[in-house]
This record gives sequence, structure tokens and C-alpha cells, in this order.
Amino acid sequence: MSDAPLLQLEDLHVQVEGKEILRGVNLTVRKGEIHALMGPNGSGKSTLSNTIMGHPNYEVTKGRILFEGEELVELEPDERAKLGIFLAFQYPTSIPGVTLANFLQASLKAIRGAENVKPLEFRKELLGRMKELGINQEFAKRYVNEGFSGGEKKRCEILQMALLNPKLSLLDETDSGLDIDALRIVADGVNQLINPEMGVLVITHYQRLLNHIKPHFVHVLVNGKLVQSGGPELALTLEERGYDELLQAHAVPAGA
Amino acid sequence: MSSDAATLQEIGNDYKYGFHDAEDYVFKSGKGLTRELVLEMSRMKGEPQWMLDIRLHALEVFHSKPLPEWGGELREIDFENIHYYVRPSEKSEKNWDDVPEYIKNTFDKLGIPEAERKFLAGVSAQYESEVVYHSIREDLEKEGVIFLDMDSALREFPDIVRKYFGTVIPTEDNKFAALNTAVWSGGSFILVPRGVRVEIPLQAYFRINAQNMGQFERTLIITEPGSYVHYIEGCTAPIYSSDSLHSAVVELIAMEGSTIRYTTIQNWSSNVYNLVTKRAQAFKNATVEWVDGNLGSKLTMKYPAVYLMEEGARGEVLSIAYAGKGQHQDAGAKMVHVAPNTASTVLSKSISKDGGRTSYRGLVKVYPGAHDIKCNVRCDALLLDEDSRSDTYPSMEIDNKDVQIGHEATVSKVGDEQLFYLMSRGLSENDAIAMIVNGFFEPFIKELPLEYAVELNRLIQLEMEGSIG
Repeated sequence: MSDAPLLQLEDLHVQVEGKEILRGVNLTVRKGEIHALMGPNGSGKSTLSNTIMGHPNYEVTKGRILFEGEELVELEPDERAKLGIFLAFQYPTSIPGVTLANFLQASLKAIRGAENVKPLEFRKELLGRMKELGINQEFAKRYVNEGFSGGEKKRCEILQMALLNPKLSLLDETDSGLDIDALRIVADGVNQLINPEMGVLVITHYQRLLNHIKPHFVHVLVNGKLVQSGGPELALTLEERGYDELLQAHAVPAGA
Repeated sequence: MSSDAATLQEIGNDYKYGFHDAEDYVFKSGKGLTRELVLEMSRMKGEPQWMLDIRLHALEVFHSKPLPEWGGELREIDFENIHYYVRPSEKSEKNWDDVPEYIKNTFDKLGIPEAERKFLAGVSAQYESEVVYHSIREDLEKEGVIFLDMDSALREFPDIVRKYFGTVIPTEDNKFAALNTAVWSGGSFILVPRGVRVEIPLQAYFRINAQNMGQFERTLIITEPGSYVHYIEGCTAPIYSSDSLHSAVVELIAMEGSTIRYTTIQNWSSNVYNLVTKRAQAFKNATVEWVDGNLGSKLTMKYPAVYLMEEGARGEVLSIAYAGKGQHQDAGAKMVHVAPNTASTVLSKSISKDGGRTSYRGLVKVYPGAHDIKCNVRCDALLLDEDSRSDTYPSMEIDNKDVQIGHEATVSKVGDEQLFYLMSRGLSENDAIAMIVNGFFEPFIKELPLEYAVELNRLIQLEMEGSIG
């Protein structure tokens, strides 16, 4: 199956609490490709990433999600993670009482197999990755995301991406809530991790992240449909013109 | 039973301590509680008359007191269907090799001798009504630390026992304290001399084996000024279809500037009524900490108490409760501020699952004249499904204005977002829930010695397994 693309979305329709959010999305991401998904607030960008990861509240009503040719829709989120899919959350939740180190070790054991994670080596790897991302070692002992600032949370998401080394990375609004310095650190971290074997889908409202993480393809999601696709230049055009034109052109008919 | 039915019964039955031994006992009383039984027990134990008198009086008190109408459902207890005194062997041994083979095997399975070798300063192992094994490290013995089973203490130190027995929890305190006082057997006696710090824990392990068994151990711990002790107790029982009764009385006396930490990991099988009275007196600048873990039993009613008797005394209760299917954990804490300038803290965390029920029942009492009191109570409940239940019954009797009292209670459910987050990192749903639960209990777990923390984490993992539909 190595010829199959990493990710194929075919006519994907998704409902949340009975409301249709995605209305027929087609998208293909191959190894080594960086795709940017842009769009105004409420267009369904986060719905797309949550659906690919398998959030139980997002119901696929039509269409398919294929990962390396395998149908994902029936799989639990942990099974998808084990296939090599990673979602960097826009709003990572906190897990009180669970240290970041324990959480990451459990996660790594689940993904790599318990026998492949030795405590000492894990510790070394963890601290090395933390250093690269400019995360203070003290965070290993802190409870997952509890009391973290927005930037700290995002950096910890990228730390997880670094350790889990996924085939497909979904970065959901990784730039939101970051000042320019934090943005650069996070983006540099992501750039170090991207490799020819990995596919990346960067979800963002603004173009600024794409100055740091250079996409090969840019897609625009409006009201649950991809309305435009193109090269990096599309992001710049959008930055100039805004989403208003597209919103008007692709308004959902009343009552839909 | 067909093999299919047997297999079915095993599914979801994760209680790994549910095995039992064939009975080969020196003495086993018939069922039921009579004056004759009390006389016979006391005679077999060779007790002084004053103890027999205390027992007989307590028996009357037990019969005269009605069942409590609060707490859990007690009316199903059939007091006539219980063996009140079962003596498995002739005496308490100091060498594991001298303990009857089948009993030693049981404690081997429970990991007690191993734990003793690894990280305990002393061990007491009670099987049914009697302590069958007992030891303390020589260096502690030389420093004058007394760690004995209660029956031996009564023989060897009758004056000390007589002076303190029943002074913290009087016979009349409640029906189950009276029951214990009438038929008590086994339990621990600890006396730590002035200034001695027992840095490594002492442990007692309580095992019920027989069906319809009643276990009534009696524990008394006294720390002399400036001393320290950490005592740990664990308990398990086989699974039977009929009920057993465990009703202990634990009295702690912390003299000036001393500290007692009392840790319990209660993991009774789900057919055991666990009705326990635990109370401490903390004198000047003394500290008493109850670290109380309730995982098992059918019904637990237990409210560890600290009476803050003199200035500077501190009391702390840190408790967790887990209630699964058919279980009710009615647990809590009592802090009684008798003297001024005393402080207390209660942190209670409970989890209910599969229709289980947890209740926090607490009392904070401040006597007139007890000024400059600090007290902080916090109860957190976590519900794992819609069928489960948690209630809080806090009670405050404050007869003084100069007090700082905080009370906070939260009830939450395991959140979808937390589950999704952990599962998106490869954890199965069970592992994710176990991780959230472990995190919830973390403030408790981090107070345990490492070996117990690991064991408790593993127990929680087991409890979470096979439960997701």
C-alpha cells in the first residue's frame, strides 16, 4: 500500500450535534507534502482535523477518510494514533495530577510498544527534545497543560509531535495565541520535524504562520467546502483580500 | 456450573485477592453473638477480669443501641449469621517458617513477607481473629519501641493497656465500637518512646478467610513526646456470596510534639461490611495524619477523627474512596477543635463507577474558647458514568467567632475532551480513564510510600479494565 497517499478525503460530510459542518470535502495529502488549510472562523477547519483524528462528537454522514488506503471512519482515536496520525490541538486540555513525563511515556509506549521504551533512554530523549524546543525541564514534572500559558501549551504539542514522529501531522491553529517570538520557536520546531516521509496539514486562519512553515499547497475552506486550491501564492492573495469575497460567493443557501 | 457460566462469572471480576484457604482452625465459634461466647473468648485468651468486665458491659451496650439510621444500608446485616471468634493457630509467631503452611502461603500471595524484607520496620499479620505473625526490627526494639499484637500487649503490658484502652473511643460511642469492644481480638499495639523516630513504616495486614466471618481487631498507638511513627494497614478477603463483617476500633494518642501517620489501604472484597471507628487525640504541638484509602467492601462507614486537645495540635485527613458496582463508600472525617490555635485539613477525593455510590460525611466542631482555629475542607468527586452517585454531607458546629474555615466541594465527570486528548496520543479508552483517575487520586498517591503507590496505581488500572461497554 506504499503507493497510496497518506490521506485521502473523499466527499467528506460531517455533522456535529445534528448540524452539517463539512459538506463534501475532497483532499489528498502525500508523503513529503505540506498543505495549508485556510478559511474564516466557523468554516469547519477544526471540524476537519477533529474528524480525521476521530473525535466521537463528529459524525461522518457521507464520504470516506482513507489513510494509506485504509478506511479510518470506524477506528478509535487511539487506533488512528497508532497508524501514525497526530493532531496538535488548538486548545489542548489539562489532565490534573498526571505529569507531562508520565503522560508522554505512556503515550510513547502505546505508539512504539512498551518493550521499545526504556525509562532511561526515554528520559534522555524527552529532555533532549525539550531543550530543542526551549521548554524548561521543570515542565516534565508539571501536570499536563495545567497552568500552562498558551505558548507553553503549543510548544508541548510540538514536543509530543517530536516524540511520536507521526506520518501525518495535523496542526490545528498552532499559531493562535502566540506572540511573534513564540510563533517562531514553534514554527522552527515544526520545520525541524518535517521530513520527506511526513505529510503535514497546517490549519490556520492567518497567513503569518505560513511565512515560517512553507506549504506546497494551499486550500481554502468556506462553509464546509474547499472553494479554492493553489500554491503558496494563494495564501498571500487571501491575506491581501480577506475572506469576504469568498464568503459571499460561497454562502450557504438559507435554510441549509 | 457449566464451564461457560464459570467463564462468564470471571469476566469483569478483577479482584485478585478473592481466593480462600480450606479451614484448619484451632477454634471456630458457632454463629451468633452470646454472653457465653464472650466468656469463652476471654477465657481462651487468659485475660484479666477487668478486661472481661469491659467486654461484658460492651455487649450490653451493643444490644441496647439501635442501628444507625444514617449512612449506609445496615439492616441487611444478619448479626446471627456471623462467626465472631475464629482462632486459626495457637500463637503469634516471630518467624514466617513457624506460621501454618497454608496461612503462610496466603500471605506469600499477598506479598507480605516480601514487603517486610524490602521496606518495612515491622510487620503484623492477622488471619481471622488472631495475629499469626509478628516481628519488629531489632534496632527499634532496642530503642524501646513496642510493636505487638493487642492480645500480647494485654499480657505483657497490662497497666499501659488498661490506662489507655477505650479512653479515645468509649464503649458507648456507637453500636459498632461497642461490638468491637465486646469481641475484640488481634489488632496492633504500638508505643514509641520519647524522642524516638521510627522512620520506616510499621505495617499490619488483615486477612479474612472464612465465610460469614466477623473480624474485630483493636488497635492502640501511643507516641510519647517528640516521637514519630508511620503505621500502615492493608486488608483483603475472599469473595463469598454471603456477607462478612469487619468492625475495628483504632485509638491513637499523640503526645506533645509527636507525630502519627496512619495509612490505610482498605481493599475488602465486595461482600464485606466495613464499619470502623478511628479516632485520635493530638496534644500540644502534636500532629495526626490519617491517610485513608477505601477501595473495596460492600459498605464502608468510616470517619477518621482527630480531637485537637491542646494548643498547636494539627490534624489531617487525606482520603480517597472508590465505589464500583454494588458498593457504597460512606467515608469522611471529623475534626474536633477542643483547644485554641489548632489547625486541621481534610482532602477527600472519591470516584463512583458502574452505579457505585460515594458519600462524604464530615464534621468540623469548634468548642467555645477555642479561638484562632484554621480548618480547611475540600471534597472532590469524580463520576465515571451516569448511573453512579456522589453526595456530600458536611456538618459544622462552630461555637466561636475567631475561626477561619474553608469548605469546598466539587463534582465532575470524566470529560470527553480529556478522553479524546489522551486517546489521540495512542492510549486506549481504559488506559485513558485509568490515567485520568490516577491523576485525580494523585494528591493521595503521592503521600504513599513508593511501593504502595505503584500497587495502588495498578489496582486502579485493574478496576478500570473491562468496564467500558
